[in-house]
Amino acid sequence: MISYPQLRTRAESEAARLPPLLAQAEHLAGTVLLGEHGRRRSGLGDDFWQYRPVQPGDSLRMIDWRRSAKSDAQFVRQREWQVAQSVMLWVDQSASMGFASEKNGVSKGERARVLALAVAILLIRSGERVGLTGTTLPPRRGEGQILRLTEMFLKGEDADYGTPEARAMLPHSRALFVSDFLGDLEAVEAALLKAADRGIRGVLLQVLDPAEESFPYRGRAIFESMAQSLVHETHKASDLQERYLKRLAERKERLRALCATTGWQYGLHDTSHSAQSALLWLHRALERRL
Amino acid sequence: MGLLSIGFTAPWMLAALVALPVLWLILRAIPPAPVRRRFPGVALLLGLQDEDTVSDRTPWWLLMLRALAVAAVILGLAGPVLNPPEERASDAPLLIVMDGGWAGAGQWAAKMKMVEARLDAAARDGREVALIQLTAPEDPRFASPAIWQSQLPGIQPQPWQPEAGALENVALTLPETAFDTLWISDGLEHSGRPDLLAALEARGAVEVVEDDLGVVALAPGRYEDGVLVLTGQRAGTGGAREITVEAHGLDPNGVARVLATTPMTFASGEATASVDLSLPAELRARISRFEIAGLRSAGAVALSDDSLRRREVALVAGREDREGLQLLSPLHYLRQALVENAEVLEGALTDLLPANPDVVVLADIAVLSAGESEALQDWVSEGGLLLRFAGPRLAASEVSRNEEDPLMPVRLRSGGRSVGGAMSWGEPKSIAPFDIDSPFHGLAIPDEVRVEAQVVAQPDPNLADRVVAELSDGTPMVTRKTLGQGQVVLFHVTANAEWSGLPLSGLFVQMLDRLAVLSATDVDDDARMAGTIWSPVKVLDGFGRLQEAQTLAGVTGEDLAGAPLGPELQPGLYRDGLRLVARNVLDGEAKLHPADWPARIQVSGFEQTPVRDLSGWFLAAALLLFAADVAASLFVSGRLWGARVAGWLVALMLVGQGAEAQENPIAIADSREVVFAHIKTGNTEIDNLALAGLRGLSETLFFRTAVEPNPPRTIDLETDELVFYPLVYWPITPDQPIPSDEAYAKLNTYLRSGGMILFDTRDADVAGYGASSPNGRKLQRLAAPLDIPALEVVPGDHVLTRTFYLLQDFPGRYDSREIWVEAAPPDAVQIEGMPFRNLNDGVTPVVVGGNDWAAAWAMDARGNALYPVGRGRAGERQRELAFRFGVNLVMHVLTGNYKSDQVHVPALLDRLGQ
Repeated sequence: MISYPQLRTRAESEAARLPPLLAQAEHLAGTVLLGEHGRRRSGLGDDFWQYRPVQPGDSLRMIDWRRSAKSDAQFVRQREWQVAQSVMLWVDQSASMGFASEKNGVSKGERARVLALAVAILLIRSGERVGLTGTTLPPRRGEGQILRLTEMFLKGEDADYGTPEARAMLPHSRALFVSDFLGDLEAVEAALLKAADRGIRGVLLQVLDPAEESFPYRGRAIFESMAQSLVHETHKASDLQERYLKRLAERKERLRALCATTGWQYGLHDTSHSAQSALLWLHRALERRL
Repeated sequence: MGLLSIGFTAPWMLAALVALPVLWLILRAIPPAPVRRRFPGVALLLGLQDEDTVSDRTPWWLLMLRALAVAAVILGLAGPVLNPPEERASDAPLLIVMDGGWAGAGQWAAKMKMVEARLDAAARDGREVALIQLTAPEDPRFASPAIWQSQLPGIQPQPWQPEAGALENVALTLPETAFDTLWISDGLEHSGRPDLLAALEARGAVEVVEDDLGVVALAPGRYEDGVLVLTGQRAGTGGAREITVEAHGLDPNGVARVLATTPMTFASGEATASVDLSLPAELRARISRFEIAGLRSAGAVALSDDSLRRREVALVAGREDREGLQLLSPLHYLRQALVENAEVLEGALTDLLPANPDVVVLADIAVLSAGESEALQDWVSEGGLLLRFAGPRLAASEVSRNEEDPLMPVRLRSGGRSVGGAMSWGEPKSIAPFDIDSPFHGLAIPDEVRVEAQVVAQPDPNLADRVVAELSDGTPMVTRKTLGQGQVVLFHVTANAEWSGLPLSGLFVQMLDRLAVLSATDVDDDARMAGTIWSPVKVLDGFGRLQEAQTLAGVTGEDLAGAPLGPELQPGLYRDGLRLVARNVLDGEAKLHPADWPARIQVSGFEQTPVRDLSGWFLAAALLLFAADVAASLFVSGRLWGARVAGWLVALMLVGQGAEAQENPIAIADSREVVFAHIKTGNTEIDNLALAGLRGLSETLFFRTAVEPNPPRTIDLETDELVFYPLVYWPITPDQPIPSDEAYAKLNTYLRSGGMILFDTRDADVAGYGASSPNGRKLQRLAAPLDIPALEVVPGDHVLTRTFYLLQDFPGRYDSREIWVEAAPPDAVQIEGMPFRNLNDGVTPVVVGGNDWAAAWAMDARGNALYPVGRGRAGERQRELAFRFGVNLVMHVLTGNYKSDQVHVPALLDRLGQ
């Protein structure tokens, strides 16, 4: 059992990591202007939507008398339909996401977490419920959920490549999967098909390091996966470049096709590019499906 | 000795070279180590096969590199030596005989190095060594080479040649035991050399080493027919050889320098060369010695003495009205005596004294005006020689009658006396032999010199000390006294033949010579040297350097003229009274005779190639090769690419390009746009404030005017260029460093070429302008070397008041009216009806004030003011005015006095509402 001081120390050190990630995500989210976004149709909500003439079937209670008094006809005041949706996030926490080709560069995992958290912040601020796929953190609304999400994002996994968690997904909700998708594609395919079965639409964001996109290696090398479960030795790495890139392109094409069949959106993000553009794209992609 | 002979001190190490092929095989089998890389994309690589596996083995050129490196290490450890010393098989004691005269001084360092090498060799072989110098002979004393090594630095060439008989003496003192001899010759013949050589050969082997450059020496310069004649001698008659002769002396500032150089060419087959050097008298008088350039030897130096110096003698006579009677002129005989050897000046005393002659001769002048007398006394006190001759006027005058005149050595009786004349009783008197203390001692007195009249000295207590020549009856004929550093000499007779026959005789000239009236001091003239004792002032050492004579004894004039040089008579400068004579190594007629060695003696030069240890070079080469191997290995294993290469290339380029590559972008950027700058004070706070202030001013200009400046810059006066910046703001802090001279030169150039410096003492709240505050005092010190015109407080009609805004105050953070700018020309007048004077010229190079403008201008990046100014609205108004002042200032800098042009007056009047 962990003694109190130890727990406290660990909690403190964990908490010390929280603010930067949160602040980064907040900062990123702050770049997107967002109101309490409505559904652009009449329904139950607080905001005024339109006046419409009374139609048969409307109860008298619904007539807006103040408006109707200004003219001969009677009008009904409609409010905009506001409803909270659930958005499920899955961010790959596996070891391969910890890779950064540049010494002080951003790792894929870091970028993925910041983007996911920023999206979560945006969604929560606009009244959606955000949670993680699986059973660890069901969707909730409110600022407290942001902290809980942050905490979850800071837990890494030991596995070399991550597999999407597709359990306990709420039907007809939305989902965001962020990963490098360099692991087993079968699992991704299974997860997407399962999600599509439940009417879940979402976004697949593939985050790659520039080195993974260009393979700038030469000479004799032993390539290891981040958790060293996979090893490949070559005498002339430059010879492999062409074939590697071809395989990568095939993989991307397969992911794209998978998205097309399941009605998801596929996005590719390079960690050397700005996080903001990725966030904007994510935001639009998530919104378009609503 | 071959062209390139390499030996090894540890040849057995070379056996390790056999191992090289083995190494080759081993190295060949080991491929370069692979790099371990973390790479998530490895999942995509699985199953890919290498297309070829050639790089599995080490490339041949890498093998070659490594083999070479190892070979270099082996060679380096084997101790390679270039020009290994030859083995000499002798264990007899070694006698080193050195001539040790001035002729060998030229290559003395090479000689000593050789002796040292021989001592080292002797120490290795366990031989005893003795060393003798023929110029300072001692009995040969065989001792351990280590003892001689410790004494080597004390062995110096002597400024003379071996004395006659010295070599014979050495031959007699040689020990009877067998020994080998190394004779280091100067290349000159010495008497008794064959005998000594025979004696040495009887004891053992004799090896001779001789200077390969022939001996060259310079004879003293002579003054002949208006030019200096320089003569050089050389030993032997080889091919043509050109040497350069330099004349050294003090320039008018008292700095020793080369006054003239001339080439001198020995024609092929000639042992003598001479060259004429024509120099102005002033320059000639400054020459202290001639030297052969690049040759360090007493023989290459010819000291010059008074003989090159032409004394300037001013002749002043009282009676100039007796036309035609030239032989009776009081100056005629003097002129005849002097004109050969001195520059004779004639004229009025007051005209001649400013020329600062060496000697002033007053012939029968009795009364001098008070001013003349005073000037003459001053001149004598500073070392002049006043030579007076008596005559009827002096005899008749009251000068020095009752009280001794300062310019007379003695008091005179009235009237003088006549001896042996038609109306007198006695015979004309002859001159008594000169006393030993007299400067004339030793001069022969001709019988025919008779004195018929003289002025007579009063018998004062000090008279006896002052008489330097007297008549046969004991009455003084020449008296002398010192006055300050100079002296006054009175001949009690006339300078012409009226009173005596002295001027007609050769004695007259000799006496003048002894009194140092004449320039030329010809040592060959026995009569003039006889009976004199010369004390050495400075002597030459063997290398031709002048040393203090210290305790050397004086020499007689005869010896100085003729005796051979030796320890008793060293070359140098000798003094007797006021006269200075140089004794040089080479006299005018002396010849240099080359040493003539018998054919059986092997004579070699010094040019032995030095032993050089090469192991360091080999090991360094090995290191370089290994370094190259590191780079090559990285290259082969693919680790020498991308950022690394770029980094190295950039580093190399930075090293190669240096400061130029770094400075140019700034220079280009700043010269393209308007950029303001401030001087770095070293105080970070003030520097930041100044930069923020200029940024605020730049922003203001950007928004309000057509001037769109780039961000301001901080400049360091010592390193940065000023010329790109139209306006430089210089905040004053009490502790900022004073710029260097170069920085001031830059600043002055900047100010002259139209730049403006805004000095800000930043203390107008506590101090008025001036030196009353630390900042003000600092400003005075900073600005003292600057080329700043006269300043005045900004007049009300200065163009600064209307270049952009109409202003009358120039506040900053403080609001002081005292702003100083270049003063208006005094002839600027206000025209009737015009509000402004016509000041249509120039931009003030400096504006000086203390209002701390930068603080008022200072803005942060968002445009917010950094420092408070004043209180409330009034403060904001003051800040606004500060900005307006800044705008006006920049407009003034950029547009000059455009607004001062009267063309704008009507519009301005209109705006002013007049």
